[in-house]
Amino acid sequence: MGIFQRFARIPLKSTYIWSLCRQYSTDLTAVDRALIQHRNPGAAPPRLPFSRVTQEDLAFFRTLLPGRTITDPDLLKSSNVDWLKTVEGNSEVLLRPKTTEEVSQILRYCNERNLAVCPQGGNTGLVGGSVPVFDEIILSTSLMKQVITFDNISGILTCQAGCVLENLSNYLEERDFIMPLDLGAKGSCHIGGNVSTNAGGLRLLRYGSLRGTVLGLEVVLADGRILNCLATLRKDNTGYDLKQLFIGSEGTLGVITAVSILCPRKPKAVNVAFLGCSSFQQLLETFQCCRGMLGEILSAFEFLDASCMSLLEKHLKLTNPITESPFYIVIETAGSNATHDEEKLHKFLEEVMTSSLVTDGTVATEATKIKALWSLRERVTEALTHEGYTYKYDISLPVEKIYDLVQDMRGHLGDMAKNVVGYGHVGDGNLHLNITSPSKDPALLAAIEPYVYEWTSKWKGSISAEHGLGLKKRNYIYYSKPSEAVALMGSIKAMLDPKGILNPYKTLPDNIH
Amino acid sequence: MSARVLVGVKRVIDYAVKIRVKPDRTGVVTDGVKHSMNPFCEIAVEEAVKLKEKKLVKEVVAVSCGPQQVQETIRTALAMGADRGIHVEVSGKDYETLGPLQVSKILAALAKKEQADLIILGKQAIDDDCNQTGQMTAALLDWPQRSPEDGTFASEVNIEADKLKVVREIDGGLETIKINLPAVVTADLRLNTPRYATLPNIMKAKKKKIANVKPADLGVDVSSRLEVLKVDEPPQRQAGVKVETVHDLVGKLKEAGRI
Repeated sequence: MGIFQRFARIPLKSTYIWSLCRQYSTDLTAVDRALIQHRNPGAAPPRLPFSRVTQEDLAFFRTLLPGRTITDPDLLKSSNVDWLKTVEGNSEVLLRPKTTEEVSQILRYCNERNLAVCPQGGNTGLVGGSVPVFDEIILSTSLMKQVITFDNISGILTCQAGCVLENLSNYLEERDFIMPLDLGAKGSCHIGGNVSTNAGGLRLLRYGSLRGTVLGLEVVLADGRILNCLATLRKDNTGYDLKQLFIGSEGTLGVITAVSILCPRKPKAVNVAFLGCSSFQQLLETFQCCRGMLGEILSAFEFLDASCMSLLEKHLKLTNPITESPFYIVIETAGSNATHDEEKLHKFLEEVMTSSLVTDGTVATEATKIKALWSLRERVTEALTHEGYTYKYDISLPVEKIYDLVQDMRGHLGDMAKNVVGYGHVGDGNLHLNITSPSKDPALLAAIEPYVYEWTSKWKGSISAEHGLGLKKRNYIYYSKPSEAVALMGSIKAMLDPKGILNPYKTLPDNIH
Repeated sequence: MSARVLVGVKRVIDYAVKIRVKPDRTGVVTDGVKHSMNPFCEIAVEEAVKLKEKKLVKEVVAVSCGPQQVQETIRTALAMGADRGIHVEVSGKDYETLGPLQVSKILAALAKKEQADLIILGKQAIDDDCNQTGQMTAALLDWPQRSPEDGTFASEVNIEADKLKVVREIDGGLETIKINLPAVVTADLRLNTPRYATLPNIMKAKKKKIANVKPADLGVDVSSRLEVLKVDEPPQRQAGVKVETVHDLVGKLKEAGRI
């Protein structure tokens, strides 16, 4: 079929073709194929021909996991729906193994029977990757919550995949260490899920990503084989680093059952400053100043805009501690000496105040106040849920372009959207763009997508900085990865999971089959 | 109005810190532990600053008793809007045994020296929970003492003519009390929401004065009449037992000799 005939099928207002032509002229057909097949690329595809659960299957599970094979529809409901309440599956079975051996037996059985499995941690994912699409069996890590070992010299923690992040933090804090990652969902998310999605979070700026801090993994493969790469070594260059395949694979290459992770020492002094800026340009200059003057003690640099603040005030009754500003910054410092850190921080604050980069601000050194200031950033997601339906976009962009996208979307959507807000890990170049409408609105969705992805692609950004692809974004992968790469991903998937039973319909685009 | 308000602020172990008893059981671990201003004192400072903003008082003076570190706490009060500070130096053994009686003697002496018209204190401190300093200070000065009670509606503290007008919420409605100045007022939790100290004020606070005074200069003897014999952790909470049926419940209660 000639190229012009292909063009004729594509809606004329879409400018993506021309921009993509410039970058990926040979990939035009791949994107074309992936997106045109689906009028709604984020929705579920047709059910693949997996087996359906029979009474015999249930008997096997009940023998293997007595009392831990859930089939009651009421109990299943919360595991079938995601945290955002935007996707719902129809699973009839929820399994709660306690050991790696049990997980291995479950997968070996499901592989033989061709039963699809949806691994589930804390179910706090934001791209529909943690819940079944159809009747996949839910494999929950909620009972795999043992800490296995902790070495307080090396700071290496080994634990099962179902440990809740906040519980691990509390465990470590008693021993004078902390987890290298922190996110708003910490009260519910499981470390196995965090690793499967390569979660970023609020501390990435300081401690790096899980790809650096995870030292080893124990994974059960699709056919039940247990892959024990649970090394607790900081340095180990012996062969290919297999664990990197599983980190961020969103449960599609294997089920993570145990993690060994390098934990930093708990800082003796933590300070949080909450600042107001009158323009994004000044915010960026504040960031540069911050990097220079706070440098090694800087542990987080987050931002939120005025729209976020008004939602926090409106729905969660939180108070703005400073005068109203177009932009707010949360800066956290963490160091080993309170006096040194306070001196550095005060010098920095004096500098940004006198040079008018910052219009107002406040500082907290006490735990209760620090929590209060952080909640202004951590609870934005929660405040948004009160506005109706939220369209969430987690984008990586060159840092100067971050807010341009928000303003562009506001102009582009006009009255169609109730709120267009921006907040996020500006220090990492990661924007959380959120758009709300009172209820799900297909016309609004059509105006947002693929416009937002084309915009991102144009600036060579990532369409999913840290949330992953899950169900909702799987078909947009081509906006940020060339087709050769995606094809290779498909080969790896086929090799590790030939029947495709692990978390089907997620992460990889539908046309990979 | 030329009224001067004295606000007492106490440096205590931060509310969010997990308290540990010292191995020798003479007290709690304070070394290297995060300290901050007593939350009730913050509310007292906030009330004093509000009175100043309403132009009902002319000057707010923040006072704290203790070692060098309490200057931090006084600076926080200055950053919230107090005009100047007084640091009453008490350190070492004297500080360990410093209690409401000595503090109220100090405050009474300072009130006379500074010619304060109003003393606002926190109702109690979160470390000892004594709830005594306000009352003792008033008694020593022979001044009236009131605690504007908590309520969902911010109760008001106002100064009209030479009297302090306090509106408080009670079971039947609102009660308005007028008490003669000078007086002592103790602040309870829901009186107000303390403001955050904003950067411009933190910068300004650095230039405000903190005077140093010794208890002896005020003619106060800080020796304690109390001796702490022992400090212990509260008994560990025992895990409960879950039972399946009412029958089991009755059985367990009988076993425990409860019925």
